[in-house]
Amino acid sequence: MSVVVLNEVRKGFYLDSVALMRLSREVAGSPGVIEAALMMGTPSNAAIMRNAGLLEEGTAVKGNDLVIAVKAESETAAREALDNATKSLDKPKSQGEAQSAWRPHSIAAAVKNRPEINLALISVPGEFAAGEARKALNRGLHVLMFSDNVSLEDELSLKQQARAAGLLMMGPDCGTAVIGGAPLAFANKIRRGRIGIIGASGTGTQEVSCLISEAGAGISHAIGVGGRDLKKDIGGITTLMAIDAFESDPETDHVVLISKPPHPDVARSVLERIGRSRKSYTVCFIGASEIELPPNARFSPTLKGAAELALGDKKIGAGFDANAVASRLPRRGRGGIEGLFAGGTLCAEAQVILAAAGRKVASNAAIPGVVKLGVEPNAGRDRLIDLGDDEYTRGRPHPMIDPSVRDDALRAALKNRDLSVVLLDLVLGYGAHADPAEHLTKIVADRGQDAPALIASVVGTEQDPQGRSAQVRKLEQAGLLVAPSNAQACELAVAIVQNAGR
Amino acid sequence: MTDQDRPQYQQLLARKVEVVNVGLEGFVKDLSDCGIDVVHVDWKPSAGGDPQMAALLAKLGV
Repeated sequence: MSVVVLNEVRKGFYLDSVALMRLSREVAGSPGVIEAALMMGTPSNAAIMRNAGLLEEGTAVKGNDLVIAVKAESETAAREALDNATKSLDKPKSQGEAQSAWRPHSIAAAVKNRPEINLALISVPGEFAAGEARKALNRGLHVLMFSDNVSLEDELSLKQQARAAGLLMMGPDCGTAVIGGAPLAFANKIRRGRIGIIGASGTGTQEVSCLISEAGAGISHAIGVGGRDLKKDIGGITTLMAIDAFESDPETDHVVLISKPPHPDVARSVLERIGRSRKSYTVCFIGASEIELPPNARFSPTLKGAAELALGDKKIGAGFDANAVASRLPRRGRGGIEGLFAGGTLCAEAQVILAAAGRKVASNAAIPGVVKLGVEPNAGRDRLIDLGDDEYTRGRPHPMIDPSVRDDALRAALKNRDLSVVLLDLVLGYGAHADPAEHLTKIVADRGQDAPALIASVVGTEQDPQGRSAQVRKLEQAGLLVAPSNAQACELAVAIVQNAGR
Repeated sequence: MTDQDRPQYQQLLARKVEVVNVGLEGFVKDLSDCGIDVVHVDWKPSAGGDPQMAALLAKLGV
């Protein structure tokens, strides 16, 4: 079979990554096409396409060029796919897409015409994100930077600039925030209430806020700080500002702080600041051992535990009995557990729970004490994979937007007779895939009778666009076991393999 | 201390949020559906798509 690669470069033509993903999929589905990609020609994307053999010899691209790349079985097939792609690009926008009448070309123009604007939501490619954030801060705007792949040096200088100007710099790599009911980036439709959240972890914030909301309480605000804010280099700049902001917020009584274990120096300064607060705190450093806290704070190593403490020790999913569910299931596999997670913090929480139950665990996003996949030998260990990690998302959207990132690993796991359980998460809400349950059930529909048990948790609320109960129903109808929280899904996984070992 | 005297980041939680969105267009609809005023920037990489030059221009306030 001969392989033909064709490219078309559109100079100065920008589309966002979600629109590009949709078109890429359309083109990849054309007859005779082996592989296809539509990407902006940033240096990192050009490298991805070159490595995949998708760039023709001599094709030169720049960051503001749109590149259409097709690898096909014949020149005719490649040419036809390219033609279809260009037709889609030239299609006039629908009424809905064109509804926003005024589209300024810069942050400066937007603020000049609408001086009421007070926050910039930035999700451009990482190479350009720091520059846009600087423009926003220079104009007196708070920033939520969803973009990742921003250097630590840029993060530090942006946060220092923001602090000097009295502005909040949320991110980079800030997946979610809810300010005054405004869902910023990936956020759920949460009940308003009197619990505040400071989150260095996007899906951690989503899980805790959804568990609180579904339990009948609510959130005042959720401030995202970015995954690296509590590292030594950044020193918790935004976290400390968020503590101050909640201190003076009359709508907030209690605050939950969620992060991976911080650098000890940063933990000290954050806990010292919490100790001076008049408000009570729940501190959830996932994967940390119990730490010394000031009297107004309590510790939880898990997200579910943090939500329960914030709710005043109310139990979440109290009617769910993992051992009873496990005892009703037939034995399958040889006792292994594999977790395929869209949510990085859900993967971390799973590691905490499996390790605490005495399981030997390995992960590509290992918490302290867990073996790192690909670095140390992992034979005989449970594998917990964070599919949102850079190695899976370079050049493509996050699995919360594009659940197909999980498909290949899931198909392989379904045929792996070493496994008794596959653990999965579905993350709902604004920004997420419109129907992740539908996608998942199609992938698992033709699994064998002896395939491992599928256990899922659904991060979301009934008010989310996808509707939590409708998603749960679809999963259950497809034979998946759905737990009330990620933590309980993990407990069920442990119960099943312990039961099988008896 | 009155609200006006506080740093802006402390006032943010008490004020209505109005957003300028730069990047993923899907966020605009989510915010609009929740009654939040949002303006979407018709963004293209500046400096001809050269990230280093774009960062330099941003630092210079261009």
